[in-house]
Amino acid sequence: MAQSSEVMVRAARPAAAVPACLLAWLLPGAGHLYLRRPVKGLVLMGSILALFVLGLALDARLQPYLGFDDPLAILRSLAQMAIGVPYFIARALGFEAGMVTSVTHEYGNTFTEVGGLLNILVILDAFDTALGRKK
Amino acid sequence: MGSHLLNLMIFSALVSTVFAMLLRDDTRARLRFGLLAFGGFMAAALVVGWAMYPLPL
Repeated sequence: MAQSSEVMVRAARPAAAVPACLLAWLLPGAGHLYLRRPVKGLVLMGSILALFVLGLALDARLQPYLGFDDPLAILRSLAQMAIGVPYFIARALGFEAGMVTSVTHEYGNTFTEVGGLLNILVILDAFDTALGRKK
Repeated sequence: MGSHLLNLMIFSALVSTVFAMLLRDDTRARLRFGLLAFGGFMAAALVVGWAMYPLPL
Protein backbone atom coordinates (compact mmCIF):
# COMPACT_ATOMS: atom_id res chain seq x y z
CA MET A 1 0.00 0.00 0.00
CA ALA A 2 2.80 2.38 0.99
CA GLN A 3 4.64 1.48 -2.21
CA SER A 4 1.61 2.15 -4.43
CA SER A 5 1.06 5.54 -2.73
CA GLU A 6 4.70 6.33 -3.35
CA VAL A 7 4.34 5.42 -7.02
CA MET A 8 1.24 7.61 -7.32
CA VAL A 9 2.97 10.59 -5.69
CA ARG A 10 5.95 10.15 -7.98
CA ALA A 11 3.70 10.01 -11.02
CA ALA A 12 1.72 13.10 -10.00
CA ARG A 13 2.51 16.38 -11.78
CA PRO A 14 0.01 18.88 -10.34
CA ALA A 15 1.69 21.81 -12.10
CA ALA A 16 1.06 20.08 -15.42
CA ALA A 17 -2.70 19.75 -14.84
CA VAL A 18 -3.74 23.09 -16.38
CA PRO A 19 -1.49 22.93 -19.48
CA ALA A 20 -2.49 19.29 -20.00
CA CYS A 21 -6.20 20.17 -19.90
CA LEU A 22 -5.68 23.13 -22.23
CA LEU A 23 -3.71 21.03 -24.71
CA ALA A 24 -6.31 18.26 -24.46
CA TRP A 25 -9.02 20.73 -25.44
CA LEU A 26 -6.99 22.29 -28.26
CA LEU A 27 -6.17 18.93 -29.81
CA PRO A 28 -7.76 15.67 -28.59
CA GLY A 29 -5.08 13.43 -27.04
CA ALA A 30 -2.42 16.16 -26.87
CA GLY A 31 -2.84 16.44 -23.10
CA HIS A 32 -1.86 12.78 -22.69
CA LEU A 33 1.09 13.23 -25.04
CA TYR A 34 2.21 16.16 -22.86
CA LEU A 35 1.89 13.91 -19.78
CA ARG A 36 4.09 11.29 -21.51
CA ARG A 37 1.31 8.76 -22.20
CA PRO A 38 2.04 8.46 -25.94
CA VAL A 39 0.04 5.30 -26.71
CA LYS A 40 -3.05 6.50 -24.89
CA GLY A 41 -2.72 9.98 -26.40
CA LEU A 42 -2.34 8.75 -29.96
CA VAL A 43 -5.22 6.27 -29.73
CA LEU A 44 -7.52 8.91 -28.24
CA MET A 45 -6.41 11.45 -30.84
CA GLY A 46 -6.96 9.03 -33.71
CA SER A 47 -10.38 7.89 -32.51
CA ILE A 48 -11.79 11.34 -31.75
CA LEU A 49 -10.41 12.99 -34.86
CA ALA A 50 -11.74 10.08 -36.92
CA LEU A 51 -15.21 10.68 -35.44
CA PHE A 52 -14.96 14.37 -36.27
CA VAL A 53 -13.64 13.95 -39.83
CA LEU A 54 -16.17 11.22 -40.61
CA GLY A 55 -18.87 13.52 -39.22
CA LEU A 56 -17.79 16.19 -41.69
CA ALA A 57 -17.82 13.62 -44.49
CA LEU A 58 -21.38 12.78 -43.45
CA ASP A 59 -22.44 16.43 -44.00
CA ALA A 60 -22.55 17.60 -40.39
CA ARG A 61 -23.49 21.20 -39.63
CA LEU A 62 -20.90 23.09 -37.58
CA GLN A 63 -22.53 26.49 -37.56
CA PRO A 64 -22.94 27.49 -33.89
CA TYR A 65 -26.49 27.91 -32.67
CA LEU A 66 -26.84 30.29 -29.73
CA GLY A 67 -30.55 31.16 -29.81
CA PHE A 68 -32.51 30.58 -26.59
CA ASP A 69 -35.59 29.24 -28.37
CA ASP A 70 -33.90 25.85 -28.72
CA PRO A 71 -31.67 25.16 -25.67
CA LEU A 72 -30.73 21.66 -26.86
CA ALA A 73 -29.25 23.13 -30.04
CA ILE A 74 -26.98 25.31 -27.87
CA LEU A 75 -25.73 22.20 -26.08
CA ARG A 76 -25.12 20.46 -29.42
CA SER A 77 -23.08 23.42 -30.66
CA LEU A 78 -21.05 23.51 -27.42
CA ALA A 79 -20.42 19.76 -27.73
CA GLN A 80 -19.01 20.27 -31.24
CA MET A 81 -16.78 23.13 -30.01
CA ALA A 82 -15.26 20.79 -27.38
CA ILE A 83 -13.26 19.23 -30.23
CA GLY A 84 -11.02 22.32 -30.08
CA VAL A 85 -8.82 23.59 -32.92
CA PRO A 86 -10.03 21.03 -35.53
CA TYR A 87 -13.55 22.46 -35.13
CA PHE A 88 -12.39 25.99 -35.93
CA ILE A 89 -10.17 24.81 -38.80
CA ALA A 90 -13.11 22.93 -40.32
CA ARG A 91 -15.29 26.03 -40.06
CA ALA A 92 -12.58 28.17 -41.63
CA LEU A 93 -12.36 25.67 -44.47
CA GLY A 94 -16.07 26.13 -45.21
CA PHE A 95 -17.59 23.02 -43.61
CA GLU A 96 -19.87 24.97 -41.28
CA ALA A 97 -23.12 24.82 -43.23
CA GLY A 98 -23.25 21.05 -43.77
CA MET A 99 -26.01 19.75 -46.02
CA VAL A 100 -29.41 19.50 -44.37
CA THR A 101 -30.88 17.61 -47.34
CA SER A 102 -28.26 14.85 -47.11
CA VAL A 103 -29.44 11.42 -45.92
CA THR A 104 -26.47 11.24 -43.54
CA HIS A 105 -26.78 14.80 -42.13
CA GLU A 106 -28.00 13.68 -38.69
CA TYR A 107 -25.36 10.94 -38.57
CA GLY A 108 -22.75 13.60 -39.22
CA ASN A 109 -24.11 15.79 -36.45
CA THR A 110 -24.06 12.84 -34.05
CA PHE A 111 -20.47 11.89 -34.97
CA THR A 112 -19.16 15.43 -34.42
CA GLU A 113 -21.15 16.04 -31.22
CA VAL A 114 -20.17 12.73 -29.64
CA GLY A 115 -16.54 13.36 -30.62
CA GLY A 116 -16.68 16.65 -28.68
CA LEU A 117 -18.37 15.06 -25.67
CA LEU A 118 -15.77 12.29 -25.59
CA ASN A 119 -13.06 14.95 -25.69
CA ILE A 120 -14.52 16.46 -22.51
CA LEU A 121 -14.01 13.05 -20.85
CA VAL A 122 -10.46 13.00 -22.24
CA ILE A 123 -9.77 16.45 -20.74
CA LEU A 124 -11.00 15.24 -17.33
CA ASP A 125 -8.86 12.09 -17.68
CA ALA A 126 -5.80 14.26 -18.43
CA PHE A 127 -6.55 16.26 -15.27
CA ASP A 128 -6.79 13.09 -13.15
CA THR A 129 -3.61 11.71 -14.75
CA ALA A 130 -1.68 14.90 -13.96
CA LEU A 131 -2.81 14.71 -10.33
CA GLY A 132 -1.70 11.06 -10.11
CA ARG A 133 -5.20 9.67 -9.65
CA LYS A 134 -4.86 7.59 -12.82
CA LYS A 135 -2.00 5.84 -14.60
CA MET B 1 -21.00 6.07 -46.23
CA GLY B 2 -24.67 5.64 -47.14
CA SER B 3 -25.00 2.36 -45.24
CA HIS B 4 -26.70 2.78 -41.87
CA LEU B 5 -25.16 -0.46 -40.57
CA LEU B 6 -21.65 0.59 -41.62
CA ASN B 7 -22.09 3.97 -39.93
CA LEU B 8 -23.32 2.21 -36.79
CA MET B 9 -20.31 -0.14 -36.79
CA ILE B 10 -17.77 2.66 -37.30
CA PHE B 11 -19.38 4.82 -34.62
CA SER B 12 -19.53 1.92 -32.15
CA ALA B 13 -15.92 0.93 -32.79
CA LEU B 14 -14.55 4.45 -32.30
CA VAL B 15 -16.60 5.21 -29.17
CA SER B 16 -15.77 1.80 -27.67
CA THR B 17 -12.07 2.44 -28.27
CA VAL B 18 -12.19 5.77 -26.41
CA PHE B 19 -14.14 4.29 -23.50
CA ALA B 20 -11.74 1.33 -23.27
CA MET B 21 -8.71 3.65 -23.20
CA LEU B 22 -10.26 5.86 -20.52
CA LEU B 23 -11.80 3.24 -18.27
CA ARG B 24 -9.18 0.46 -18.22
CA ASP B 25 -5.45 0.61 -17.57
CA ASP B 26 -3.81 -2.44 -19.15
CA THR B 27 -3.93 -3.66 -22.72
CA ARG B 28 -5.73 -6.92 -22.06
CA ALA B 29 -8.48 -5.29 -19.99
CA ARG B 30 -8.85 -2.56 -22.62
CA LEU B 31 -9.25 -5.10 -25.40
CA ARG B 32 -11.82 -7.06 -23.43
CA PHE B 33 -13.78 -3.94 -22.42
CA GLY B 34 -13.63 -2.51 -25.94
CA LEU B 35 -14.99 -5.69 -27.51
CA LEU B 36 -17.75 -5.93 -24.89
CA ALA B 37 -18.74 -2.29 -25.40
CA PHE B 38 -18.72 -2.70 -29.18
CA GLY B 39 -20.88 -5.82 -28.93
CA GLY B 40 -23.22 -4.03 -26.53
CA PHE B 41 -23.62 -1.05 -28.86
CA MET B 42 -24.33 -3.28 -31.86
CA ALA B 43 -26.72 -5.61 -30.01
CA ALA B 44 -28.65 -2.75 -28.41
CA ALA B 45 -29.01 -0.88 -31.71
CA LEU B 46 -30.19 -3.98 -33.59
CA VAL B 47 -32.65 -5.02 -30.84
CA VAL B 48 -34.11 -1.50 -30.56
CA GLY B 49 -34.21 -1.26 -34.37
CA TRP B 50 -36.21 -4.47 -34.63
CA ALA B 51 -38.49 -3.42 -31.74
CA MET B 52 -39.31 -0.18 -33.59
CA TYR B 53 -39.91 -1.94 -36.92
CA PRO B 54 -43.76 -1.90 -36.66
CA LEU B 55 -43.80 1.84 -35.79
CA PRO B 56 -45.65 4.02 -36.58
CA LEU B 57 -48.60 1.72 -35.93
